[in-house]
Amino acid sequence: MKKSWIIAKRELSVFFDSLIGYFIIVAFLGFTGFFTWLYGSDIFFVGQASLDGFFNIAYWTLFFFIPAITMRMLAEEKRSGTIELLLTKPVTDWQVVMGKFLSTLILILITLALTLPYYVTIWSLGPIDHGVVWSGYLGLLLMSAAYISIGLFASSLTRNQLVAFLLALLIGIFFHIIFEVLAQSTSGTLSDILSYFNLSSHYDAISRGVVDTKDLIYFLSITFVGLVLSEFGLAQRNIIG
Amino acid sequence: MHIVVDQLTKTYGRQKAVDNISFRVRPGEILGFLGPNGAGKTTTMKAITGLFSFDAGTIHIGDKSITSQGDQVKRHIGYLPEDHALYTEMPVIDYLKFIAEIEDIEPARISERVGEIIQITGLQDEKHKQIGELSKGYQQRVGLAQALIHDPEVLILDEPTTGLDPNQIVEIRELIKSIGREKTVILSSHILAEVEATCDRIMIINNGQIVADGTAKELQDRARGKYLMNVGIAGADADAVYNALKNLPQVEMVDFADKQQMLFEVRSVDQNSPAKEIFDMCVAHAWYITRMTPQETRLEDVFRQLTMN
Repeated sequence: MKKSWIIAKRELSVFFDSLIGYFIIVAFLGFTGFFTWLYGSDIFFVGQASLDGFFNIAYWTLFFFIPAITMRMLAEEKRSGTIELLLTKPVTDWQVVMGKFLSTLILILITLALTLPYYVTIWSLGPIDHGVVWSGYLGLLLMSAAYISIGLFASSLTRNQLVAFLLALLIGIFFHIIFEVLAQSTSGTLSDILSYFNLSSHYDAISRGVVDTKDLIYFLSITFVGLVLSEFGLAQRNIIG
Repeated sequence: MHIVVDQLTKTYGRQKAVDNISFRVRPGEILGFLGPNGAGKTTTMKAITGLFSFDAGTIHIGDKSITSQGDQVKRHIGYLPEDHALYTEMPVIDYLKFIAEIEDIEPARISERVGEIIQITGLQDEKHKQIGELSKGYQQRVGLAQALIHDPEVLILDEPTTGLDPNQIVEIRELIKSIGREKTVILSSHILAEVEATCDRIMIINNGQIVADGTAKELQDRARGKYLMNVGIAGADADAVYNALKNLPQVEMVDFADKQQMLFEVRSVDQNSPAKEIFDMCVAHAWYITRMTPQETRLEDVFRQLTMN
């Protein structure tokens, strides 16, 4: 864990030294802010003090942003050869993957923390259901963890950042939409299984304020499986050099 | 710590990158790896650092196996990869601090140790620059610094002097030599003169196999076979000298190196020099010797002989 933290610290310092981190935060805040406060059926038309609009936007924004952050994590290190030097040091593949995962999760955490003024503002406008807001944030965080691990897995398979980005989106879109669509057009056990894999239903449950162990297990298992697969992705070097 | 490689084999797909290689390196010894590109030098070195698994064989550092006790072994190894595989977006000093942390140097000692290694590798004026902004030579120093920072007992250096200017090459060579007195060092190079100057022992690898192993002198002796020398004789007609030389029993073959200047290339029938016979002959004919130089078999010749198929 200590080694993972050292690696995560390095990633974070790269984020914030190279402006990538600031850019992502500003872009996320700008994007979600625009749709939450200014555009379309924004918060003032809903007629109640709730952050539902923001959570819906953030749900989609993170879906695109996370692969953009994770794409370089392993792919770029494989391309430049830095991963080899790192892995000759006393660190395991798992610690490297965990370090990358932690750093991205922390970046998302910082980004989401910066949207807390939205919460405070709405709160001052009317009575707000605090439980729903906090579970909404929890839902975003769990979803982020799942997509980060998928993004890392995609990044572990290739040396090309763009391929990693597109592959992460491709895998992500199954959890985001396609499983749901497939579940609707099938029936019986298959439909049940597919709808269990559908990420949005688990996310919706949590963001409505219902924090069920079933949903927690769902997100944590996807994250765990994604990280284990990323570790396997790194281990490719044993076969193809 | 000894490095013991035993029957190491590594295949990529169907191609054998390293084929049943065995050797040992003892502490205080600098082993030079020579071989054409793609011969298996880098693969062997990477296998010793525990970067990947291999198909067959064992590698032990000290008494520990790199495969099963990698975690304990890796901290005793310093590795310099051939491509400058550094985090180019980081400043030198931050990068070295990161490596120091990864290498488990006590937090209280990190700043001191980073300062020391910056001093040793001559990076004092560059320490706040981003690694990507440095010239190749300075990047190579950063690479060496990261390999040395935890004072490892085993050093694996893949082409440590590429990209350096002649002054830096001499400096780095001296550095490696002084480090090599107490540590076990393996280095690879394309530059034969460098291996000859730096290493105690040379190993030539070709097509994944060891084709020669020994000191530079041993390798030359083995490849030499017959004695070759250049002789210059004056005081007579070139053809007369040529025929006289040819008739010496100790001489197998004579050739004109330069007919105008009366220079001849002489090959002896065995490993012994025909110098005495040639001298006696000149005395008998009242000719005089203008030069007499034995022809060294250079390491280049040994290398070409062993690696040309």
